[in-house]
Amino acid sequence: MMLIHCPFCGKRSESEFIYGGPVGADRPNPDAVSDAQWVEYLTVTPNPLGPVQEKWWHARGCGEWLTIWRDTRTHDIVEAPENAQ
Amino acid sequence: MQTYNIFSLARNALTGHQNWQKAWRSPPLKDQYDVVVIGAGGHGLSTAYYLAKEFGITNVAVLDRGWLGGGNIARNTLTIRSNYMRDESIPFYVKSVAMYEGLTKELNFNMMHSKRTMVDVVQTYPKMRELRRRQLTMDIYGSTYEQISTEELRRRIPALTGGGPDARLPVIGGMVHTDAGVNRHDAVAWGYARGADALGVEIHQQTAVKSILRGTDGAIQGVETNRGTVRAKKVVVAVSGHTTTLTETAGLKLPLRTMNLTAFVSEPVKPLVDVIVNCPDSGFYFSQSDKGEMVIGGAPDMGQSFRRDIKQHVFEDTVTAMLSLFPAFKKLKLMRQWGGHLDIAHDASPIMSKTDVGGLFVTAGWWGGYKAIPAGGLTLAHLVAKDQPHPLMASFTLGRFKHLDFVLESGTTTAR
Repeated sequence: MMLIHCPFCGKRSESEFIYGGPVGADRPNPDAVSDAQWVEYLTVTPNPLGPVQEKWWHARGCGEWLTIWRDTRTHDIVEAPENAQ
Repeated sequence: MQTYNIFSLARNALTGHQNWQKAWRSPPLKDQYDVVVIGAGGHGLSTAYYLAKEFGITNVAVLDRGWLGGGNIARNTLTIRSNYMRDESIPFYVKSVAMYEGLTKELNFNMMHSKRTMVDVVQTYPKMRELRRRQLTMDIYGSTYEQISTEELRRRIPALTGGGPDARLPVIGGMVHTDAGVNRHDAVAWGYARGADALGVEIHQQTAVKSILRGTDGAIQGVETNRGTVRAKKVVVAVSGHTTTLTETAGLKLPLRTMNLTAFVSEPVKPLVDVIVNCPDSGFYFSQSDKGEMVIGGAPDMGQSFRRDIKQHVFEDTVTAMLSLFPAFKKLKLMRQWGGHLDIAHDASPIMSKTDVGGLFVTAGWWGGYKAIPAGGLTLAHLVAKDQPHPLMASFTLGRFKHLDFVLESGTTTAR
């Protein structure tokens, strides 16, 4: 069971949260990119063997949406990797 | 290849079982092949087998970083069925189920195939409407689905004592899929390996592919392994969860996410349930193995994961759901638990495709890929050999993403 740090409630059990999906690329302007780039934005998400950035919703708590980095190999919540934006 | 039959068994019994040949060779690794298949699992081995058998391409190496059949083919719940939703999917799985039924004879290896029927326990009216809609589509393509009453459902599954009228989700009926069955996963891996080896395919275990090599023209040149460089003009990636890890070494991005799916088995008990029981509204399914163990599967952990173990809250949710319908299972001791990591595409349908990298083929996005091993191998071998998709899999190429022409199958497996 993961303990996720909520900025309002502190460390809370994962069972209070709902997974909100990975953080993808920023939405490009559809008029400014090619079809291939637009399709990539719509369908391709980062799938790293290591830290991934994802959204969680503290639905059974205060209702806050938050973003964490989590290592997909261990499920440990980690600091952002150095090359992250 | 020595044939397995009653006469060879008797002959070897008389000589104390000292003279059985090895089921496959362990040849030295060459530095060049026509086709390199990465991953000696179900899809990798069946692709190699059909490349040799149907298309005469025998200079093939299957590489695996661990041992043969030690990945997801050893980590699934053996369910073979064809109750899918889309026009594109159902014929493919109907073909695969039919091929499985003939596989023991085809490979001269006992698959212990048990065509035992799958019964869906339905607890909500939206799910019942959805399954009846699936029945209409399945009728067109020769798959079987039939609605039964709650009384008939409880007659067929006497252990189903929960879900009464006062339950939060009372059982309202069932659907019966008579084509479904289970078999033995090791036999599938070993049977295809033995069959492919007999046709000249080389299987190299303990050979980890580090990266995929591209030439100056961008086309595939081969792979870099822990045992040196292996050159090939065609490379097939059949590695399940690690697909993107490998294709990114060739600079290729794919619409796949890797997730963890778990299963567990109980202690063996006397025969109690003779069908595969699927409870889509509660989120679990199980069947009883020949040894008497309940083989239980649940819903996935939603986040991305490369772990191969089970998560406590997924396990607890699955057990809670199961006990609500099968309260007698409270006394069962659970013996083993495991997880596998597998990748899922944007639309929950598989990807069998050429890629933007010339000579690089992928078979990925298999969620419940065990049932698809024979047809998946046959159709991918067709694509690799002829460079044209097999009609049964033409809808499952990467081209569908370019045109946003998805084959949405979320909900027909445990994927959500």
